[in-house]
Amino acid sequence: MKLTVDGVAHEVDVEDDMPLLWVLRDELKLTGVKYGCGIAQCGACTVHLDGAAVRSCQIAAGDAEGAEVLTITGLGQPNALHAVQAAWVEHQVAQCGYCQSGQIMQAAALLENDSEPTDEVIDIVMSGNLCRCGTYPRIRAAIHTAAAKMKEA
Amino acid sequence: MGRLKTLTRRAFLVGTAAVAGGVAFGVYTVRRPHENPLLGDLEPGQAALTPYVRIDGDGVTLITPRADKGQGAYHVQAVLLAEELDLDLAEVRVDPGPPSAAYWNTALAPEAAEFTIPAQGMMRDMVEGGLGAVMKVMGMQITGGSTTVADQFDKLRAAAASARETLKLAAADQTGVAVSDIRTENGAVILPDGRAIAYGDLAGAVAGMDVVQDVPLRAPAQWRYIGKPMQRIDMLGKCTGTLDYGIDLDVPGMLQATVVLNPAQGGALNRFDATEAEKMRGVKAVLPVTGGFAVVADNTWRAFQAAQMVVPDWGDTSNMPATMEGHWQALSDAFTDDQQDSRQRDDGDVDSALSGGKIIEAEYRAPYLAHAPLEPISAIVRVDDTTAEVWTGTQIPRFVQTNVARIAGIEADAVTLHVQMMGGSFGHRLEDEVVKQATEIAVQLKGVPIKLTYAREEDMTHDFPRQIAMARLRGKVTNGQVEAMDLSIACPSVIVSQMGRQGISMPGPDSQIVAGAWNAPFAIPHHRVTGYRAAPLAPISSWRSVGASHAGFFQNAALDELIFAAGADPLEERLRLVHDDLAQKVLEAVADMSSWDGPLGNGRGRGVALTTSFGVPCAEVIEVSQTEAGLKLDKVWVAAEVGRVVDPVNFENLVQGGVIFALGHAMNCEITYADGIAEQSNYHAYEGMRLYQCPDIMVRGLENGDQVRGIGEPPVPPAAAALAGAIFAATGTRLREMPFNKFVDFA
Repeated sequence: MKLTVDGVAHEVDVEDDMPLLWVLRDELKLTGVKYGCGIAQCGACTVHLDGAAVRSCQIAAGDAEGAEVLTITGLGQPNALHAVQAAWVEHQVAQCGYCQSGQIMQAAALLENDSEPTDEVIDIVMSGNLCRCGTYPRIRAAIHTAAAKMKEA
Repeated sequence: MGRLKTLTRRAFLVGTAAVAGGVAFGVYTVRRPHENPLLGDLEPGQAALTPYVRIDGDGVTLITPRADKGQGAYHVQAVLLAEELDLDLAEVRVDPGPPSAAYWNTALAPEAAEFTIPAQGMMRDMVEGGLGAVMKVMGMQITGGSTTVADQFDKLRAAAASARETLKLAAADQTGVAVSDIRTENGAVILPDGRAIAYGDLAGAVAGMDVVQDVPLRAPAQWRYIGKPMQRIDMLGKCTGTLDYGIDLDVPGMLQATVVLNPAQGGALNRFDATEAEKMRGVKAVLPVTGGFAVVADNTWRAFQAAQMVVPDWGDTSNMPATMEGHWQALSDAFTDDQQDSRQRDDGDVDSALSGGKIIEAEYRAPYLAHAPLEPISAIVRVDDTTAEVWTGTQIPRFVQTNVARIAGIEADAVTLHVQMMGGSFGHRLEDEVVKQATEIAVQLKGVPIKLTYAREEDMTHDFPRQIAMARLRGKVTNGQVEAMDLSIACPSVIVSQMGRQGISMPGPDSQIVAGAWNAPFAIPHHRVTGYRAAPLAPISSWRSVGASHAGFFQNAALDELIFAAGADPLEERLRLVHDDLAQKVLEAVADMSSWDGPLGNGRGRGVALTTSFGVPCAEVIEVSQTEAGLKLDKVWVAAEVGRVVDPVNFENLVQGGVIFALGHAMNCEITYADGIAEQSNYHAYEGMRLYQCPDIMVRGLENGDQVRGIGEPPVPPAAAALAGAIFAATGTRLREMPFNKFVDFA
């Protein structure tokens, strides 16, 4: 089947029901997308599907065919950071960092829909993304910073 | 305080060893700890060290032997080295250092064992237990006990200073310029005329030189990095998805594997039928491993799917009690003279003080807790007839090397280990079952690199959790003051369980049963803390802050009950009782930060707790309020005494994270066993804290002490008790058992 990931078209030979997560990680070697729980409880595997933040562990590969998939490595690069990534670096958010790909993708999708999210909105939208290290205070602050930067831009 | 002995130490440099085409600088340290408060007079422990600056034609590589599980260990070690070596932190390369590389062993053998001796804890127990054999087995590197900064603060700077002066000398020899006219900057030696010689270009010259020794360390006023905000060296990679964790690695020719173990912890496998599984797409093999089976496939998900189709016949199951009542009963039964393990606190005359009058009694419980870092455990192992190669995130590289060698039937030095960045650990990676199983698979498929990835469900249900523990208080108050406190704590020995899996027996008392309680820095007139060792139950392992994670809760919760009975204020009475200057200052700090001024009223409440663990007094005040949705955690104020804050941003992040980690577990986490089977298999049943529940957390690092300490664990122990105190103040409900959501609702 054909998948478009980070703007690149791929032909993959996988079962229709293979979760997008494992197509990305094991077939396309896009390991910026993380496996954490497999049951949509942690958000580490969050990617954008046609602009919406989804848990890639819950998206069948067949359902992603024809859609635009965006992963953390397509969102921005070390020398060309997305505003959310830049805010994450500025606030030194990560500890172990394993959840942060998903946190950043969730936050980026949030800011696409709400350019000035309130604390309450941030709480609601970001609470599906688990951080075992406890970087929540910095995630909150970084989202506000990213929102301000994106507004200036 | 008195009972907590500070360590004296002297550090001196030993020679260098030539590395292929380069040179390595190291430091050797001997420490002579004072007598063990628990074990009495013992032989001094020796520590030899591995922090290196490796210089070769490619430049400088900083060897950062402490594993990085998210706490920023690579970063902080790089900072200490870069500070004296005049490197640009943004440009440094780090390497955790393979334990089998020749220069590690030849340079420092036979004492090539890196070892750390914190003021308390597992390491000190082992060292002071006279367990030289353990040191040798543990070998070069272990990460734990919040020791990275504490242990490396002087050593790495000394190694770097020595390297710097040697490089200058080499440049002086080469150019004829006086060494006093030479300086260093940004990874290069700078000559008086402005010419720069990159360190890498001096590799050949320094390889044959005697190392300049006893170089004075720079004064704090000269520091460019230490104590100042800076960007962690792993931050960019972690925010762009470009940094590989162990689970992300791809080795050419590699196959994907997963395991399914007997659901009952420690149970066996009789046989399995893989007929259906073997027909599934991508499946290469279904193989036995100890206690279960492995599916090997060309894709992780295909391995997961096929594993569901294997029909196992499970063998002997766990010998732990069938119900949780049985586990608790075993602890309850342990409060006997026969099972007394330690009594390191026995001030005044507790028996007389508690022989009459109104006695306050209470019982406390702390459950099993999974580590559950977000990266499921994994390991890549390739075995052939004479060698093995391993890629995994681990805190115990030497054990990993030894275990792989044993299973593969080869020599330990034929095992090459590549330590990987870890997506969290909290103590999980102090175990190496995943590496052993990956090796068992690899031995059956020689020559093929096998990546074993645990499904989250296997990771959680087969974790060796935090110990279950129980405490009993008897106490008395007089004239509005705490007069007597007799605290008894029972749990199985986590150290015995953990080291037992490595084939090492641990004699002597286990300080972790009472860690954070026996050394509570309070001068209660009659004060006794007794540890009781329960028989082994579920296999257990070190969980962030180890024994202090339960005993810090028990000690503070029990003290709160007595203070309440006395009609005193929780913070004022602690300030009256505290008898350690450093601990007093952290209490004063949280009083100041929170503007503590007695009860809040109107459904709001504050609690306070203070625990000294890993040499760090840490105090926390927590404020909660009752809302229609349940209890809301509003604010936390934390102060910790660490001697020196190396990186203030990372420090704040680690403290906040430690508090969140502790509070999330106190609110809603426990592992329970039915017939030896863990009943929580994923984050839906083991949630921790979510972002919407996260309070504002204000942090202050104090630098009054002369010992530099780590901060990974000390914020954990006081948090649960401070929360329980706040909930009591807000609601009148006294919480004596975690998790608290069994008794109260959280918003």
